[in-house]
Amino acid sequence: MTRTMKGIAFAIAEAIDQEMSERPDIVVLGEDVTYWGAVFGFTMGLYEKYGRDRVIDTPITEQTFFGMAAGAASVGMHPVVSLMFVDFLGAGFDQMYNHIAKNHYMSGGQFAMPVTILTAIGGGYGDAAQHSQVLYGLFAHVPGFKVVVPATAYDAKGLTIAALRDPNPVVIFGHKLLTGLPFLPFEGQEEAVPEDRYTVEFGKAAVRREGSDLTMIAAGLMVHRCMRAAEELARDGVSAEVIDLRTLVPLDRETIVASARKTGRVLIVDEDYQSYGMTGEIAFQVQAGAFDALKAPIRRLAVPDVPIPFSEPLERAVIPSVERIVAEAKSLLAAGVRA
Amino acid sequence: MWKPEPSLADLRYTVEKSGLTPETLLAAYRQMCLIRSFEETIADRYYIGKTPQFNMAAGPIRGEMHLAVGQEAVAVGVGMHLRDPDAVVSTHRPPHHALAKGVPADKLAAEIFGKVTGLCRGKGGHMHLFDAERRFSCSGIVGASFPQAAGAAFAFRHRGEPHVAVAFAGEGAANHGTFAETLNAAVLWRLPLVIVIEDNMYADSTPKWQALAQPHQFQRALGFNVPSYLVDGMDLVDVWRAAKEAIERARAGYGPSVIEAVCYRYRGHFEGDAEEYRTREEVERWRQLDPIPRLGERLKRLGWADDATLERLRREAEEEVARAVAFAEQSPLPDPAEALVGVFR
Ligand SMILES: Cc1ncc(C[n+]2csc(CCOP(=O)(O)OP(=O)(O)O)c2C)c(N)n1
Ligand SMILES: [Mg+2]
Repeated sequence: MTRTMKGIAFAIAEAIDQEMSERPDIVVLGEDVTYWGAVFGFTMGLYEKYGRDRVIDTPITEQTFFGMAAGAASVGMHPVVSLMFVDFLGAGFDQMYNHIAKNHYMSGGQFAMPVTILTAIGGGYGDAAQHSQVLYGLFAHVPGFKVVVPATAYDAKGLTIAALRDPNPVVIFGHKLLTGLPFLPFEGQEEAVPEDRYTVEFGKAAVRREGSDLTMIAAGLMVHRCMRAAEELARDGVSAEVIDLRTLVPLDRETIVASARKTGRVLIVDEDYQSYGMTGEIAFQVQAGAFDALKAPIRRLAVPDVPIPFSEPLERAVIPSVERIVAEAKSLLAAGVRA
Repeated sequence: MWKPEPSLADLRYTVEKSGLTPETLLAAYRQMCLIRSFEETIADRYYIGKTPQFNMAAGPIRGEMHLAVGQEAVAVGVGMHLRDPDAVVSTHRPPHHALAKGVPADKLAAEIFGKVTGLCRGKGGHMHLFDAERRFSCSGIVGASFPQAAGAAFAFRHRGEPHVAVAFAGEGAANHGTFAETLNAAVLWRLPLVIVIEDNMYADSTPKWQALAQPHQFQRALGFNVPSYLVDGMDLVDVWRAAKEAIERARAGYGPSVIEAVCYRYRGHFEGDAEEYRTREEVERWRQLDPIPRLGERLKRLGWADDATLERLRREAEEEVARAVAFAEQSPLPDPAEALVGVFR
C-alpha cells in the first residue's frame, strides 16, 4: 500500500518509527526532539509514541551528546542523533569526526559505530550565514561517514531505514526546502510512498531524467532545480540528463561515468561551497572514467566560496537557481574542447 | 521570582543607597520603551506576507526572528553601565542587547530588513548584528558568546585598558561547555568579564527543568569561585544594582562575575512558534510582572514622574522607532555583486 506524501520530514520520521517499534537498541537524542520533532520534523511523532525514555531532549551540548552517542554505540546501542542545523557541527564535530567516524577503524574493527545522524541543511529562505549551510562536503571528506542526501520522500524513507540497519555512522542531510513543513517553501513534489518498510541501497544514484545533450549531476534540493532547468532546456530543444547522487559516500561512479560517456558534457550543481568539495570530487571521477568521451571541459555551479549572506538579492546571487543552471547549461552546450 | 513590591520607604532606601537618580531611572524607562516598541514594530513588519500561511521566506523580513519582549530590563539594567569601548557579545536573540549598548536603531532596523544601509550592509541579518564602533557583536551559535567576551576582556587586561566585556547568554546556552571553560579561564586570568545569563526558563521548546541539573546556572559559577548574583530580571532596579557592582568590580581589576537574571519572553522562541511547551496562563502570569509598567509605577510612587511624563517618554521612544523603521523600509537593497566581496579584507 502506498499513499501520497509531501516532503522528506515525515518520511524520515516514519522510517525511524517503524524500525524503533521493533528495535530496542534505537534511541533518539538531540535538542528539541520531543515537542518540536527536531525543528525540521525528522523526529516528529516519536516522543508521543515512545516517551522520554527513548526520545530524549538533551541540554544544548553537542560535544557531549555526540560523545554519548559514540559511547552508547560502543556497547551495542544504535543512537539516532539530531544535529538540528548542520551549521552547528562545530560545537560537536570532534566527537563526530575523530571518534564516531574513526573508532571502528582505529580499534582494528572491534568497535562498531552504528550511529545515525540527522541534520537539516540549506538556505534560500533568509536564515543567513550560520543557519543556511550545506557542509556535507566536510563529512564526506573525513573517512568513516556514509553521507546520505535524499531528494525525495521515497528515498528519504528507504535511505533512513538502510541507515538504521547499517552498522556504521551514517549522516542524513535533509534539505529544509524539501521537508514539506508548512512554514517553509517546498521545492519537492508530492509522491507515492509505500507504507511498508523498504530500503534504498546506498551508492546507487538515480537517473531522474534521461537525456542526450548534457548530464547534470546534483544532490538534495539541487536535483529539483536541475529537473526544472531540464524542463526549460527541453523547451529550447535541449535534452538534459539529470542524476540524483542520493549518497555522496558511497559514491556511484558507474552511473556518473556512464552518463558522462553518453552525453559528453557534464555540469555539476551543488549548494555546498565550491572549492575543495563535492563538485571537485565528481569532476575528478568523471574525467577519470570518461576523459576520452568528453566534448568540453566539465562545468560546475556551486556557492562561490562566500558565506551565505542574509539579504535576499545577495542570497539569490550565491545559491544556484534554476535560471543560473539553465544559463550555465547553455554555455556548456556552446563550448568546445578548449572552452 | 514573586517578590512583593517594596514599600515606599524600602524603595526610597534601595534607590538612594544604590545611587539611582531620577535622570537614570527615567532614561532607563525610555530605553526599555524604545526596545519594546522596536521589537513589536519589527514583529509587525515581519508578518507582512506571512499571513494567513506562515512562510519564513516571505515578506520584507525573511528567515527566523528571535525577539526578547519582556526581557528589556536585563539588557537596559546592564547596558546603562557600559561605555562605547566596553565590549558586548550577544546571542541569537540580540536586538535588545544591541539597542541597550547604544547601537543606532536606524542601522539596526535596516540590517534586519536586509538593506545596504544596515549595520552589516545586509549581510548579517537579525542574528548577526555587528557594530565595531560600539564594540557590539553576536552569534547565532549557542554558547559562542562566553569565550568571545572573555577574549575581549583578555585584550583589555593585557593592554591595561579600563574596559569590561559582557557576555550575554541564555540559561540554555550556559549548559554548553563554553560556559564552564570560560569561567575557569576568566578566574585564572582575572579577566574584566561579566557574564549575564538571561534565565527565561526555556531553551527553544525545552523547559529549564528538563535540561539543568541545578535550579540555577549561577550555582555553577560559584563552584569556580566567581561572585554571582541571582536577580529579578523583570525588575530594572535589581538588575541595575547587580550590574553596577559587577561592572565596577571588573573595571577595577578584580575579575569576573556572573549575573543570572530570571526573566521571561512573552513571545515565542521565534516568530511562528506554536508554543506547545507552555500554557497561556503561564504567559499571562508573567505579564503581570512586565518590567516597563513595573518601573513606571515605581517612578510614580517615588514622585519622580507622573502619567504625563511616562506617556511623553513612551511617545518619544515610539517616534524614534518609527523613524528608524521608516529609514529601513525606504533604504535600498544591496547590489547582488556585493555578495561576492568581503570574505577577506
Ligand atoms: C550550537 C547550537 N546548538 C543549537 C542551536 C539551536 N538553538 C538556537 S536558540 C536555542 C535555545 C537557546 O536557549 P537559551 O540559551 O536559553 O536562549 P533563549 O533562546 O532562551 O534566549 C537553540 C537550541 C544553536 N543555535 N547553536
Ligand atoms: Mg532561555
